[in-house]
Amino acid sequence: MAWVWFHRFGSPPYFYRVAGRLTPWFAWPALVLCLAGLVWGLGFTPPEWHQGDGFRILYIHVPAAWLSVQVYVVMALAAAVGLIWRMKVAHAVAASCATLGASFTVITLGTGMLWGKPMWGTFWAWDPRLTSELLLLFLYLGYIGLRSGFDDTARADRASAVLAIVGVVDVPIVNYSVVWWNSLHQGPSIIRAGGPAIAVPMLIPLLLMIVGFYCYFAAVLLVRVRGEILRRERNAQWIAEELAAPGAGVGSGGGSGAIAGTFQGASVPNSPAGHARI
Amino acid sequence: MMQFLLMGGYAVYVWPSVALALAVLALNILWARRSLASAQREARRRFAHGRREPV
Repeated sequence: MAWVWFHRFGSPPYFYRVAGRLTPWFAWPALVLCLAGLVWGLGFTPPEWHQGDGFRILYIHVPAAWLSVQVYVVMALAAAVGLIWRMKVAHAVAASCATLGASFTVITLGTGMLWGKPMWGTFWAWDPRLTSELLLLFLYLGYIGLRSGFDDTARADRASAVLAIVGVVDVPIVNYSVVWWNSLHQGPSIIRAGGPAIAVPMLIPLLLMIVGFYCYFAAVLLVRVRGEILRRERNAQWIAEELAAPGAGVGSGGGSGAIAGTFQGASVPNSPAGHARI
Repeated sequence: MMQFLLMGGYAVYVWPSVALALAVLALNILWARRSLASAQREARRRFAHGRREPV
């Protein structure tokens, strides 16, 4: 059964349509969860014992840091699938991850520096955790740079996939740097033996933010992948049919306000053009 | 309210963090939407001038 699913999502027209329909289902929860988590975390959790209100940077830093690493894993997996099965959609997913991953990494490093200054007395230290996270940013930037060096998408896909896969060695280093070495950075406090080391009133808004960030990532990724698919498919007939369908446009979802309009591509009506292509 | 804005003296660290995150996240929404819109425009143009006519 899994293979049927796999093949279906490997079909660009199918993916394009389903992605368009799924986008608002991630975009709205992202907005609601992040807003709730941020207001709750910044305004209503009690201040921390040692760090006072300074600890509130956590509500941005931690979700961004999780995503910065996990987006890389998604990117490398998609690149590997694309390389092994020559699957266009997988390459499109990998290519779409890079900017998002780099952005999460920038947020992680930026908020980390702003947090480090008052707590450690310095914006930056060549600490294992900080250095490996910086390397992650360079991996994303290298991936983006490498892709932009090719005119031919297929060659860009293959070359950048190799880079993405090799770069995966940095992921466990980021993850375990605080365990393997003596780091300025604190150890893991959510996923650890013996349960989270954060008090529940502080933990709940953090979890809201984390789930919100996941939804945000999914929504923006889907929009990006659809663009990538259109660029890769070039002359496929299904695109002509898709674009001719009424209401197919980026923001046209029936004037549905800020975020639906913001994220949503077209909510595409069923069209009869389902030629599976991998 | 003032207490909330001052962040117990950490306002200069907390608020720039929030601003940085919101700015980067908003930019990503913008970029993604632009990239999809330009791909759609490009595809439309191709089909309008190309061998294949839109259905």
